[in-house]
Amino acid sequence: MDNLDRAIINEFQGGFPISPRPYAEAAARLGISEGDFIDRVRSLLEAGVLSRFGPMFHAEKLGGGLTLAAMAVPEADFEAVTETVNAFPEVAHNYAREHELSMWFVLATKTPERVAEVIAEIEAATGLHVYDMPKLEEFFVGLRFDA
Amino acid sequence: MLIDATDEALLAAIADGLPLVSRPYRAIGETIALDEAEVIRRLGSMVETGVIKRFGVIVRHHELGFRTNAMVVWDIDDTAVASTGPAVAATPCVTLCYQRPRRLPDWPYNLFAMIHGRDRASVLEKVAEINSTHDLDGRPNDVLFSLRRFKQRGARYGQSLPALARGAA
Repeated sequence: MDNLDRAIINEFQGGFPISPRPYAEAAARLGISEGDFIDRVRSLLEAGVLSRFGPMFHAEKLGGGLTLAAMAVPEADFEAVTETVNAFPEVAHNYAREHELSMWFVLATKTPERVAEVIAEIEAATGLHVYDMPKLEEFFVGLRFDA
Repeated sequence: MLIDATDEALLAAIADGLPLVSRPYRAIGETIALDEAEVIRRLGSMVETGVIKRFGVIVRHHELGFRTNAMVVWDIDDTAVASTGPAVAATPCVTLCYQRPRRLPDWPYNLFAMIHGRDRASVLEKVAEINSTHDLDGRPNDVLFSLRRFKQRGARYGQSLPALARGAA
């Protein structure tokens, strides 16, 4: 990664132009050509530095349900429980964390009602309690993450 | 629901990313029989209503060298969250910040922030900085470092909504 890559990442974490020639417009802001901008983005995607170039959606506004869930998983069962939990298509990502509550995952469902159903299904499948911690309030973080 | 069936088709068409061509909105439109101007109008309106939270690069922190992430949690007076939350969220290196319900007696914390850092020491340094800046030194708090990431899935809009929420909870 060089300075231009960093500039692209720092400049376009939001606010990418929605206009007929967005890459040309974005490139102009950085003083490079449209082709160079596109090539850079392609390389960053190929290198895995970017997971995507495009929209990040707001699940609830799309009509879906979303929550953060946690479980206290005994260490000996961790692999098996992970497999069971991750098999649910509603589990969007799942982290092991250093805490008594050792497994943390995001549930994203097609409808808000489905969240409680999936939690009940996961509890039935694992025999463990699922702590449901939906967001009550979201606090705005700057769009900028400095590369 | 803030969107109609055409918006849904459009979201599905761009869920994996914008095509890397000179006129990406025209290219997207061609796949779902919408003209370029209509694609632009609809996307603009979804950004405005917040259905699209943001539009641009979506980074992988780990690949950027920010290899450590911690979920940092505090037990804050409910009356203070409205002022402390935004202040913590504004700290550089905080990538997500939410108020969530306590689950007593097991879980006393109600303010959650995700912090990315190059290593554990730098994450802990940030936490200490937040605590002293925002007068949180006396408050119960915990730092839950991630050990492993098991799943960060890119499902599609057409298949299920979860994909759209990647990183959004």
